[in-house]
Amino acid sequence: MAATPAKRKTDIGPPHYEQFLPPVIKENFGKWKYHEIPRPGVLMHVAESGDKLWSVRAATPRLMSIETIRTFADLADKYCGGHLRFTSRNNVEFLVSEESNIDPLIADLKKENFPVGGMGASITNIVHTQGWVHCHSAASDASGVVKSVMDDLFPYFDGSQTLPAKLRIAFACCLNMCGAVHCSDIAILGVHRRAPEINHDVIGAQCEIPSTVSACPTGAIRPANVDGHESVEVIEERCMFCANCYTVCPAMTLNDPENDGLSIWVGGKVSNARHEPMFSKLAIPFLPNNPPRWPETVAAVRNLVEVYAANAKKYERMGEWIERIGWPQFFDLTGIEFTKYHIDDFKHAGETFKRSLHFKQS
Amino acid sequence: MAEKLRETPLLDELEKGPWPSFVTEMKKSAAKNAMTNDQLGILERSYRDKIGHWKHGGLVGVMGYGGGVIGRYNDLPDEFPECAEFHTIRVNQPAGWFYTSDVLRKLCDVWEKHGSGLTNMHGSTGDIILLGCKTEELEPTFSDLTEIGFDLGGSGSDVRTPSCCCGPARCEWACYNTLETTYQITQHFQDELHRPAFPYKYKFKMAGCPNDCVASVARSDMSLIGTWRDNIQVDQKEIAAYDKGDKVDIQDDVVDRCPTGCIKWDGKTFAIDNANCVKCMHCINVMPKALAPGKDRGATIMLGAKAPIIGGALLSSVLVPFFKIDEELEDLYELAEEIWDLWGEHGMNRERVGEFIQRIGLGNFLEQIGLDPEPEMVMHPRTNPYIFFELDEEDE
Repeated sequence: MAATPAKRKTDIGPPHYEQFLPPVIKENFGKWKYHEIPRPGVLMHVAESGDKLWSVRAATPRLMSIETIRTFADLADKYCGGHLRFTSRNNVEFLVSEESNIDPLIADLKKENFPVGGMGASITNIVHTQGWVHCHSAASDASGVVKSVMDDLFPYFDGSQTLPAKLRIAFACCLNMCGAVHCSDIAILGVHRRAPEINHDVIGAQCEIPSTVSACPTGAIRPANVDGHESVEVIEERCMFCANCYTVCPAMTLNDPENDGLSIWVGGKVSNARHEPMFSKLAIPFLPNNPPRWPETVAAVRNLVEVYAANAKKYERMGEWIERIGWPQFFDLTGIEFTKYHIDDFKHAGETFKRSLHFKQS
Repeated sequence: MAEKLRETPLLDELEKGPWPSFVTEMKKSAAKNAMTNDQLGILERSYRDKIGHWKHGGLVGVMGYGGGVIGRYNDLPDEFPECAEFHTIRVNQPAGWFYTSDVLRKLCDVWEKHGSGLTNMHGSTGDIILLGCKTEELEPTFSDLTEIGFDLGGSGSDVRTPSCCCGPARCEWACYNTLETTYQITQHFQDELHRPAFPYKYKFKMAGCPNDCVASVARSDMSLIGTWRDNIQVDQKEIAAYDKGDKVDIQDDVVDRCPTGCIKWDGKTFAIDNANCVKCMHCINVMPKALAPGKDRGATIMLGAKAPIIGGALLSSVLVPFFKIDEELEDLYELAEEIWDLWGEHGMNRERVGEFIQRIGLGNFLEQIGLDPEPEMVMHPRTNPYIFFELDEEDE
C-alpha cells in the first residue's frame, strides 16, 4: 500500500465549470439568440450582443489515449484559445470564436483522422458501452461493432448523405444497458441465450445464496445442495438470460462464445419534439457475434437506415415513421421476419397486444 | 516502455475505414505502456474466443470512499500479467463537459504517471473514465487528482455523478442554468455520492429544455427538464424571413407537425394558441431565429427512469409539473431527501426508485413524501375499479 500524503483532500467535488468557459461564452452566458448549422459538423451560435461562437464537432472512438487528448489540447490552443468540450455522445467540440480558424482546424482534424460531422438530420456518434474491452458481463464487444457500423454509415455522419430527421444509434453489450439504448432510433443490444453455468465449488465462498436466489426476476433460482456444497439450481425454462444473478454472484457465468450475440431494436426517442419519448421495440431478436467486423449486424443496421430514409417524411423520427405506417408495414418494408420472440411475454405484456381493427390489410 | 506490441491480426482489421479507430488509440497507448499492451493482447484473445476475459469486480477503492472505483481483474493473469488488475476510476467531470487544454493536459499527466493512459471521454453517466489502474496506484492517483482539483464520481448504490446538457453556456433554449444546478447538487450531496447507503443507484440529470439532450427521461432516477409556463416568444419579422427562404415550409414543416394543432399561419401572421401548447419544442427547433421559449421558465421534475434490470425498463414520470429553480435549491434537496428516506427504509436491495414506486403505488408514494396528486402525473386515471379505499376518521 502506497503511503498517503499528510494533507489528504476528500469530498472536494468537481471543479467549477466556469473556469473552463471561453470568454465569448462568459460574456454571452444565457444570452444566446439562435443557432444555425452553416455546414456539416459546424454549429454557429449567435448571441443577443451579435457575438458568434462556432462549435466544430469531431467524432472520437470514446476509448481514447492520453496521446489523442493531448492532440486535441494542442489543436484547441492553436485555433480556439484552448477551449473545447465533449458531448453526451462522445464527440469532441472545439469552441471557435474566429471564423477564419474553422477551415484549418477541420483540415488538421482530418489529418489526425478525426472526421467532422454528426449534426442536424444525420447520424452522430454511437453511444456505447465497454464490451470485451473492459466488462465482465458483455455478450459482445462494443467498440468493434460501433467502429464497423460507423465505417459503413460514414456518409450519414459527414453530411454527404442526409436523412429525414436525426437518427440516434446506441449500443449496449448486455441488458444492463449502460446508456440510453432503450430509447434510441436504432439500438444494438448484446444478448445471452443460455442459462447460467453454476460453479458449485466456489459459489458458497463467493456468493450469498439468499441474495442470488432473490436476484432472479422470474424466480428461476432455488437454493440447492449439490454434492454436499451449499449452492443453487436454475429452472432453465424460466430463465430469460438477464444476467442479474451473475451481477450479484460471480459463480453464475452466462458468457457463451457460440450463443451470445446481438439484437436490434428500433423507434425509441427521448426528446419531446412532436411525439412523446418512446421506448425502442424489438426488430431483430438475434444476430451472431462475428468479429472483427460483425457483417450481419452492419448489414441489418444499414437496411433499417435505408428503408427509413426512403420512406419517412421530413422531421419524422424512426419511431414516428413506424407509428404512422404501422408495424406490419415496417416488417414488410424492411423484409425482417416477425417471430414469436417479437411478442412480449413479460409483465404487462397484454398492453402491447393489438385490440382493434386499426391496421392495414395487405 | 512496452517491449514489443502484441500481435493483433483481428483487431488490425479495425484500423481500416474512415471512422476513428479505438484500436489505433490502444496502440498509441501500448507503445508507451505495458499495461495497455497486455490489454491489447487480451482483447485480441476475446476477438478470437468470442468471449470477454474480464472477471467480476472486487472490492477496491480509495480510503474513506465506498464508490468511484470499479474493480476489474482478467481471467488469464499468467498470460497477461500487466493488466491482471485493471480497475476503472470514475472522475467527476466539470458540468457540461467544458475543458481548457491546460486542465486536460494535467489530467493526462496524472494518468500517464499512474495508469494505462486509456480513457473514455466520457462514460455513460458522464464521468471522465480512467480505464486500467493497478490496486497500489489507486490512492496515489486519487491524491494527484485532488491536487489538480478533481474528485471521484459515484458507483454502486449511491448518488451517481450528476450530469447536464451545455445549458445557457451555449444554448438559447436553456430554461434554467443546468450547469450551476448540476454543480450545486453535486457539491451538496458529496457524502451521498462517495459513500453508498441507498438500496441502489440514484442518478440526477439536468436538461435545459424538452429536447432533453442528456436523455434524462430515460437515464436518470431524478430528471430536471427545463420548460416554461407563458407564451412562446415570436418574432414575426424572422417568421417572414423563414417564409421567404427556401429551407422551411412553414405550413408543412411547422404548423402541420404541431402535436396539438395549436398554430395558425395565414402567410402573414404566425399565431400560437399558447393555452394548448404542450411545449414539445418542434416549432422552436425548426425556426430558432423566430421562436423562443417563454420568459417564465423553470423545470418539470421527473422521477424513476431506468434500464431493464430488474423489473423492466422505465421512463421517468412527472413528479412536479412546474418547479421554479432558484439559486438556493433548498426545496429540491428536501424533496430528494424525503424520497431517499422513504426508499431507503422500504426499498429492496437493488430496487431502483422507479420500481419501488410501482410496487408501493404512486398514490401512496406521493402521500408519504408529502406531495399532492395532480393529473399531470398520469396518462389517464385508472381504468380498473380495484380501489383501496381508506376509512377516514369521519366514517368510523
